[in-house]
Amino acid sequence: MNPKEEKVKIISQEFTEDGVEVDAEVERRKKSRIQRQQKKKKPPTTAPEEMVSDKSHEEYQQKMQETVEEEPESHLLSVTTRRGPRSLPPIPSASRTGFAEFSMRERMREKLQAARSKAESALLQEIPTPRPRRLQSPSERESETEFGPEPSKEVQGTRQEDDSQSCSRVKFRDSVRKIKSKPQAPAGFPSAEEAYNFFTFNFDHEPEEPEDKSNAKDRDRAQEDEGREEETPAGRAKKTEEEELLNGKDAEDFLLGLDPTVHNVVAVKPAEYKSAHVRLQKEKETLFTPSRLAVPTYKKLPENVQPRFLEDEGLYIGARPEVASTSQNIMENRLLMQEPVGKWFGDDGRILALPSPIKPFPSRPSLSTQEQSAKAELETLYKKAMKYVHSNQRMIGSGDPPGNFQLDIDISGLIFTHHPCFSREHVLASKLALLYDQYLARQQRNKAKFLTDKLQALRNAVQRGFNPEEPHQTLDATQKTINEYKSEIRQTRKLRDTEQEKDRTLLKTLLKVWKEMKSLREFQRFTNTPLKLVLRKGKVDQKADEEAYEAEIQAEIQELLEEHTEDYKKKMEEYRASHQQWKAWRKAQRAKKKKKKKAAEEHTDEEEAEEPFPEEDVVKPIPPEPTDPGLIEQQVRERAAHSRRRPGEPMLVPELSLAGNVTPSDQCPRVEVSRREDVKRRSVYLKVLFNGKEVSRTVTRQLGADFRVHFGQIFNLQIFNWPESLMLQVYETVGHSSTTLLAEVFLPIPETTIVTGRAPMEEVEFSSNQHVTLDHEGVGSGVPFSFEADGSNQLTLMTSGKVSHSVAWAIGENVTIKWNISKLSFLKSNTVATSGESYVPDFFRLEQLQQEFNFVSDEELNRSKRFRLLHLRSQEVPEFRNYKQIPVYDREIMEKVFQDYEKRLRDRNVIETKDHLDTHRATVAKYLQQVRESVINRFLIAKHHFLLTDLVVEEEVPNISILGLSLFKLAEQKRPLRPRRKGRKKVTAQNLSDGDIKLLVNIIRAYDIPVRKPMVSKFQQPSRSSRTFNEKHSASPSGHSPGHSADYPLGQVLVRPFVEVSFQRTICHTTTAEGPNPSWNEELELPFRAPNGDYSTASLQSVKDDVYINIFDEVLYDVLEDDRERGSGIHTRIERHWLGCVKIPFSTIYFQARIDGTFKIDIPPVLLGYSKERHIIMERAFDSARSLSEGSYITLFITIEPQLVPGEPIREKFDSQEDEKLLQAAEKFQAECNLKFPCRHCLTTVIDLSGKTVFITRYLKPLNPPQELLNVYPNNPQATAELVARYVSLIPFLPDTVSFAGICDLWSTSDQFLDLLAGDEEEHAVLLCNYFLSLDKKAWLVMGSAIPEGPTAYVLTWEKNHYLIWNPCSGHCYGQFDTFCPLKSVSCLIGPDNIWFNIQHYDSPLRINFDVTKPKLWKSFFSRSLPYPGLSSVQPEELLYQHTDKAAAAELQDRIEKILKEKIMDWRPRHLTRWNRYCTSTLRHFLPLLERSQGEGIEEDHRAELLKQLGDYRFSGFPLHMPYSEVKPLIEAVYSTGVHNIDVPNVEFALAVYIHPYPKNVLSVWIYVASLIRNR
Amino acid sequence: MAAASPSVFLLMVNGQVESAQFPEYDDLYCKYCFVYGQDWAPTAGLEEGISQIASKSQDVRRALVWNFPIDVTFKSTNPYGWPQIVLSVYGPDVFGNDVVRGYGAVHVPFSPGRHKRTIPMFVPESTSTLQKFTSWFMGRRPEYTDPKVVAQGEGREVTRVRSQGFVTLFFNVVTKDMRKLGYDTGPVDTQGGLGPSLHQGNLQ
Repeated sequence: MNPKEEKVKIISQEFTEDGVEVDAEVERRKKSRIQRQQKKKKPPTTAPEEMVSDKSHEEYQQKMQETVEEEPESHLLSVTTRRGPRSLPPIPSASRTGFAEFSMRERMREKLQAARSKAESALLQEIPTPRPRRLQSPSERESETEFGPEPSKEVQGTRQEDDSQSCSRVKFRDSVRKIKSKPQAPAGFPSAEEAYNFFTFNFDHEPEEPEDKSNAKDRDRAQEDEGREEETPAGRAKKTEEEELLNGKDAEDFLLGLDPTVHNVVAVKPAEYKSAHVRLQKEKETLFTPSRLAVPTYKKLPENVQPRFLEDEGLYIGARPEVASTSQNIMENRLLMQEPVGKWFGDDGRILALPSPIKPFPSRPSLSTQEQSAKAELETLYKKAMKYVHSNQRMIGSGDPPGNFQLDIDISGLIFTHHPCFSREHVLASKLALLYDQYLARQQRNKAKFLTDKLQALRNAVQRGFNPEEPHQTLDATQKTINEYKSEIRQTRKLRDTEQEKDRTLLKTLLKVWKEMKSLREFQRFTNTPLKLVLRKGKVDQKADEEAYEAEIQAEIQELLEEHTEDYKKKMEEYRASHQQWKAWRKAQRAKKKKKKKAAEEHTDEEEAEEPFPEEDVVKPIPPEPTDPGLIEQQVRERAAHSRRRPGEPMLVPELSLAGNVTPSDQCPRVEVSRREDVKRRSVYLKVLFNGKEVSRTVTRQLGADFRVHFGQIFNLQIFNWPESLMLQVYETVGHSSTTLLAEVFLPIPETTIVTGRAPMEEVEFSSNQHVTLDHEGVGSGVPFSFEADGSNQLTLMTSGKVSHSVAWAIGENVTIKWNISKLSFLKSNTVATSGESYVPDFFRLEQLQQEFNFVSDEELNRSKRFRLLHLRSQEVPEFRNYKQIPVYDREIMEKVFQDYEKRLRDRNVIETKDHLDTHRATVAKYLQQVRESVINRFLIAKHHFLLTDLVVEEEVPNISILGLSLFKLAEQKRPLRPRRKGRKKVTAQNLSDGDIKLLVNIIRAYDIPVRKPMVSKFQQPSRSSRTFNEKHSASPSGHSPGHSADYPLGQVLVRPFVEVSFQRTICHTTTAEGPNPSWNEELELPFRAPNGDYSTASLQSVKDDVYINIFDEVLYDVLEDDRERGSGIHTRIERHWLGCVKIPFSTIYFQARIDGTFKIDIPPVLLGYSKERHIIMERAFDSARSLSEGSYITLFITIEPQLVPGEPIREKFDSQEDEKLLQAAEKFQAECNLKFPCRHCLTTVIDLSGKTVFITRYLKPLNPPQELLNVYPNNPQATAELVARYVSLIPFLPDTVSFAGICDLWSTSDQFLDLLAGDEEEHAVLLCNYFLSLDKKAWLVMGSAIPEGPTAYVLTWEKNHYLIWNPCSGHCYGQFDTFCPLKSVSCLIGPDNIWFNIQHYDSPLRINFDVTKPKLWKSFFSRSLPYPGLSSVQPEELLYQHTDKAAAAELQDRIEKILKEKIMDWRPRHLTRWNRYCTSTLRHFLPLLERSQGEGIEEDHRAELLKQLGDYRFSGFPLHMPYSEVKPLIEAVYSTGVHNIDVPNVEFALAVYIHPYPKNVLSVWIYVASLIRNR
Repeated sequence: MAAASPSVFLLMVNGQVESAQFPEYDDLYCKYCFVYGQDWAPTAGLEEGISQIASKSQDVRRALVWNFPIDVTFKSTNPYGWPQIVLSVYGPDVFGNDVVRGYGAVHVPFSPGRHKRTIPMFVPESTSTLQKFTSWFMGRRPEYTDPKVVAQGEGREVTRVRSQGFVTLFFNVVTKDMRKLGYDTGPVDTQGGLGPSLHQGNLQ
């Protein structure tokens, strides 16, 4: 092994495990130090030898030793396997090692620090070792190992600076070096010397090594540093001491310097194998397999703990769940392994376990065993759903039935305490009654008695308080209570006195009033009131009474005396205090007074002690007066006499009764009678007002003579507002006249706890301030009156009274009180919180908090471009519908994003004329666009309605027939002899891409292709063909290929037709066949590309492209100019002459899936050089059948591969203004028809442009055709009809599927159709039918299917004796029995007043009878059971036709011509296109003729004309005729003829356009294209 | 060149369709795909995947374990249309026909971190009992026209579904620049999400 290589490998080794290694190294060094201490007496014998030995040899040896040494070391010290890293190439990442090293270095440093301290201590012991010699040794070695000693040299240098440290360092290294000298370790360990050499050696890989060797000494210090930096990290272990000298940068360089060495080396080693034994050994270390054996209990318990069995101690422990003992053992072992003696074991040494939760018996209540009862138990009970209307009854008007809260107002009656009609007696009576009421109330309360009792009790208490029998009470406390009692007694006595006085006064007043009344009654000699006061005298024991009275008085006197004494005392004290002050003042002034004062002081002190002697002479200032007991007694007695019943006086109990007799009216004076009359006339009622609104009123009751009114009514107010006020209004009616409001009474709103039945009757007083003066006995109100005769002592009384009532909350049947309360309180808080009193919003906001949650204002939101974009996208605005990844910031949104959209919005009403050549079409296009948009919007909405089938794919339930069929299929032959066509698999057009769809056109054969004007015929039938041109033509030497003409029999003209199909500018053509009835039977394949690669259904439906099937004649021209060469070569040119075309819109193919049939070839009216007349003279007799139809036919089969699923019609149910009955009948009719003939499409209602369902007959109504057309052939109705049909066919055809993206079939009315100038078959047919109706023809709309359109509408007319079928789009008419009629089936006929459904067996027009009067053949919608209701038409009364501007048409004509010419030149990019002006003008003159004659019967004249003018040209060309809608179809048509494909060098072209304007902007466009070749 | 103001934010989702509980069925496989809004675009990883067929485990859990990884990164400008993962589970029926066993969808978690989601799975029901029988017999159960239907609300009112089982998913979600763009979807509870797994790791 190359030593160098090995070196590097070692480096890498060191890299990978430097951490361990270094640690190990230090360890080893420590060990060796110990060894060395043991062996230090041995002289270093080996070291010098090694030093002098050859360097390379030494190195090699070293390496060898190293490699040997590595093995055991790794096994001992490293956990990671050594071999792996070694065999791997080193990881050349300097930074990683650097990082690892860095942390390692830190650790190393720490360890070394420790080691160093040890070493130092060791050194201290061996100080005598010769240091100077050691210091010399590095310099000696310098010559031998080049860089190894350098560090030590460096150390030498630095030692001067840092002596103590470096000293120890050197020591350390020296000690290591000492080890080097000892003999090599036998166990494969390297000697210390080797190790040192190895680590300090510079593993320099550079090629300058030899040079370095020689220049080692010359190196300066810096270089040495560098050299050392390049050392391997292996040297680090040693070097760490030195690292302190290296700064950080150096260290970094050192690490980076390693890099290039490392990544060059790859070591290849054999695959490692570890013996099973070793692996087992290892597994034993890492894996643990718990034993199954039972664990002894002592292991599971803490030491020195005896197991304790709770169960034995009598405690209950549940049954443990059943666990196999082995698994338990395993678990225990495992747990013990993880944490010996943990929390897992219980006191009994077993693993802890909860009692088994499994009950031995089921806890579910057992059902009865009998089956029936079990069922009964499981039976569910039906309970009617309870409607909790109350729960949401919180706000006003939430729609629930009102009256969840009921307030019961019971108005029992009304009593007037004063009324204008009161007589004086009444006044007194009411006063009396009032007083009596008061009396009764007082009596009931009996306050005086209560107070007397209380007084008595207090006195007793005071008496007891003086008792000395209660020793534990302190004197203070007793005194205090007694004082309290006393003050209490005082107050109570006062109260009692006032009460007693009041009682007495009341009684007196009562008696006084009664006396007055009596006197009044006597005076007036009649009685008005039944009141009677009776006084009862209670029996009284005279003596006892007197005693009690006296005792009472005595007690009072006593108390008063006491009071006074105390009062006096207090005053005395006050006096004394003031006196002292006074004395002090006096003392200062007068000394002599001092003595006296002192004596007085002493005296008072004594006085205090001796209470019974209150009387004392008091000196100044003002001594309080002593109390006189006599005086007090007098006072007391006086008061008692005044307020109290005298002893022996009988106790008077007044009793008011209504027992008195009222004097009858006839005994009364006149004034009183009139008063009574007046009272009788008066009546009273009450209104109940709730929250200020009248809710009910009482009945009107007459005022009784006693001025009481009894109502006794209860009003139940069902409220759902919190009651704020409850008011009664008292109204009085006098006679039949006015009603006056007497007063308003506010009733308190009851507490929620007050409910009906518990509410007490209450009386509320009211009074009125009205002034009433009456002319009878009545005292009036607000008017002063007097009881006295002299009018003194006047009284003024106001009308007043009392209403007795009760208000309470009602309890409903199922409403608990509690609920009521809580709800009400809620209700209350709610009303208060939200509305307050005055503000009741007249709207209800669903999201009151919306305002709060707005992020920003709406304006700001609108200003943000991003939000606008998001908004528009979510609205599915077409421009943004598919916008992806709307940018995050406004600034990233380009303004131009919106430009298109805004432009569109702006341009909605602006008409763009750029794309359209005339303004009218532009308007129409705009309008159409708008209709389309609105329809699409509807569609988008409808698209979000899903049916189950849209979401879930589900197999249909097979019915019997399908099942039968599938059973039958099992028995079917695998490969039947006569295979039948199987339906192809349909593909939903979503995951298609360009090139997946192909259009297959199978061209089978053609009939009656126009043939060339035979040049031979010139000789045979010169009279028939036009002479001049043909003669010229045939006179040219280059006629038809001579060979051919020779092959054919005479008279047989040749045509060599081939078919070219062009679709989306892709062109395919068949081979050339021969003869006028060629058979190609070829399949052409054209690729289909959807616009923008969008293969969605909607997009496919709106593909407007047409498939052009062109028939050409291939003509060979001999171009040999020199006859002499004719023998040696053929030189011909192929020319193709367009014969006609069939145009099929792609949408038709898309919807039909396949088109199969024979089509009429659209052949230009003039086809120069060709003859449509058949030369059938020799073709036997069958031509008679053919001669019915003129024209050529081609049989085609067209389909799309794979078959696409056409979009389904919109499912939206449109609203309608039709009668519901009619709609139902229509539906029924349709259903019946569909049931019978599922293939025949029955149409009863259609959708108009505004999206409403309209009954179909409303579309049919006679409408006037343009007058111009009628004027052309005034006497020829047939010609007029044809002209009208032609006019209709000139309106461009635009299928609804294209304009409305296949959403639905919209029918526009005829005026809309004429305005739009575009529509599909239905519109054409309706218009034509309407025209025919106005021409007094019998006409019907035929709904059926035709080729190639599929389901379509034709028009049927009844001419004198036969039916004619009109194709409204082409204007052609066919007889009923015309085999080439494109209409193939008829499903229903629609007239202006009925619909007939074809119920005949056949539906081909050839085989059916059109007589709709036969109910067996035609099922009519309106019949006897459902008569025609006379539906008004949706069509206008009359169509108005504007004349088309001729100038505009002319201008358009010029523009089209120019455009087409440019196009032709564009299509011939490699050739010069010359225009023959002369020819063009000729053609231009010819075109109006064609229009006039509708392309018939002028061919001969035209030919002659042309020949005359363009005699020396070979001319091929034809006029094209089209309705005008846009320029594009014209261009396509011209392109498809392939006129431009001629590349004869001297070809010239002629192109003329003629536009014939018809009314209402209907334009008929003629384009004459021709190519001319000059015949030399 | 770390852009100071990013114009997109990134959502990196990885995780796995871990297991499923389908009590009645066995040998199922699952298919996942993502449904996201117009402002979202996948930048890396697989948007769709079909797992292996998994059989039930033999233990009491009877779990079908797929451990089928998901790893996809989205970029977006708008949290609207946040990606949802749509799962559809298929398996053989009694006759060996491959029929659908469940659909389910869930939003990718909004907050970064580790998330566990258990999605209930369901299948559309047949419209009638007869249909049910025939579909069972023919092995053509009703299916959604597009599994992505389950991630949208529109049109679902016409369907009737039956619950089938549960699928457990784990997501590790990392977002970038969300906060810079003003969307704060900070982790709901980082501790809760990470805690248990860390704990387990420590034990080992």
